[in-house]
Amino acid sequence: MSETILTIALGYAQIVLALAGCLAGTRMLRGPRAQDRVLALDALYVAIMLFLLVTGMQLGTAFFFEAATVIAIMGFVSTVALAKFLFRGEVIE
Amino acid sequence: MTPLQAIPLAVAIPVAILVVLGSTLTLIGALGLARLATFYDRLHAPTLATSWGTGGIIIASALMFSFIDGRPVVHEFVIGFCIVLTTPVTLMMLGRAALQRDRAEGRDPFRDGPSGDADGNPSAGS
Amino acid sequence: MTRLVPYPFLSLSLIVLWLMLTRFSLGYLLLGTALSLVAGQAYSALHPAKPRVRRWRVLPRLVATLFWDIMRSNIAIARLLLTEGRNGRRSALARIPLSIRDENALALLAIILTATPGTAWLEYETATGVLTLHVFDASEVDHYHDVIGKTYEPMLMEIFE
Repeated sequence: MSETILTIALGYAQIVLALAGCLAGTRMLRGPRAQDRVLALDALYVAIMLFLLVTGMQLGTAFFFEAATVIAIMGFVSTVALAKFLFRGEVIE
Repeated sequence: MTPLQAIPLAVAIPVAILVVLGSTLTLIGALGLARLATFYDRLHAPTLATSWGTGGIIIASALMFSFIDGRPVVHEFVIGFCIVLTTPVTLMMLGRAALQRDRAEGRDPFRDGPSGDADGNPSAGS
Repeated sequence: MTRLVPYPFLSLSLIVLWLMLTRFSLGYLLLGTALSLVAGQAYSALHPAKPRVRRWRVLPRLVATLFWDIMRSNIAIARLLLTEGRNGRRSALARIPLSIRDENALALLAIILTATPGTAWLEYETATGVLTLHVFDASEVDHYHDVIGKTYEPMLMEIFE
């Protein structure tokens, strides 16, 4: 019984998070400006990280947790670097 | 799928609810990101994913692995801690960068508001 | 003591973080302690401004308030996003004069406001102390004026000043 509930919930979460990642990806491709793309990239990072956590729960292994941690930290560093780059005022697109 | 069978129903239901809640909030945030019209509106959308979206899934994961391993597993909260502390920093920097880029191009997005300053003037100090 | 452990709170949180990422054992505790002491020394080489927390008692109340606020605005923003285009929502810009001046208090306020869905911190003018916030739902501007002026600012002032 509990296995059925968890399988359905985790499967639903995987589909929904993949969809969220796709939506962020479309925004990243569409732009229209650089800050939109950076914001969408940040959202994409979060969606992928959550997807990995849910996959780890589904397989019952803590293996994916490490990958999720690395993505969470890398996402922060890269977004800050990109935002800093935008902030410098090089307004060329 | 053996690890999932070992979980009692009393744990499985809260875990399922938290996972569904977290992923749905993340989807709503991403939907907002795709549909909202201006950048400053879109700036609000990812906070849904990074507050209760991440929170729900992290609490669910910690609950589940605590039962599988038979000891309190809290390392998920490290991710939560990272996300909660870092997202404001990124969003704040992005907001300020966007404002500065708009001003540098001479179109202050809030010129009609009470902030009628620095029009076409790259606010270097702010 | 202060020379060996310049930032006791930082070192303590690093030990806790280390033990959370591994599993608790005496060896990991010793290794984590050694690493956090080295990290504290390295951090003090940067000469950061030392935050002075006056009252720790207020901190749990701040966290509890923040927890409820985030939950409340999550629901509000989720509803607005789902009915986007049909609800006549307009975003607005709020200019809020702040009375806190302490850097750490301002940093904490920035994190609080940006982490809460619905508000985004855009600009703070050091000379005038006026904060520019982008508010997702214009009808909530007064609410945020109240929350910042009457709830968060007094708490942060009590903690830091």
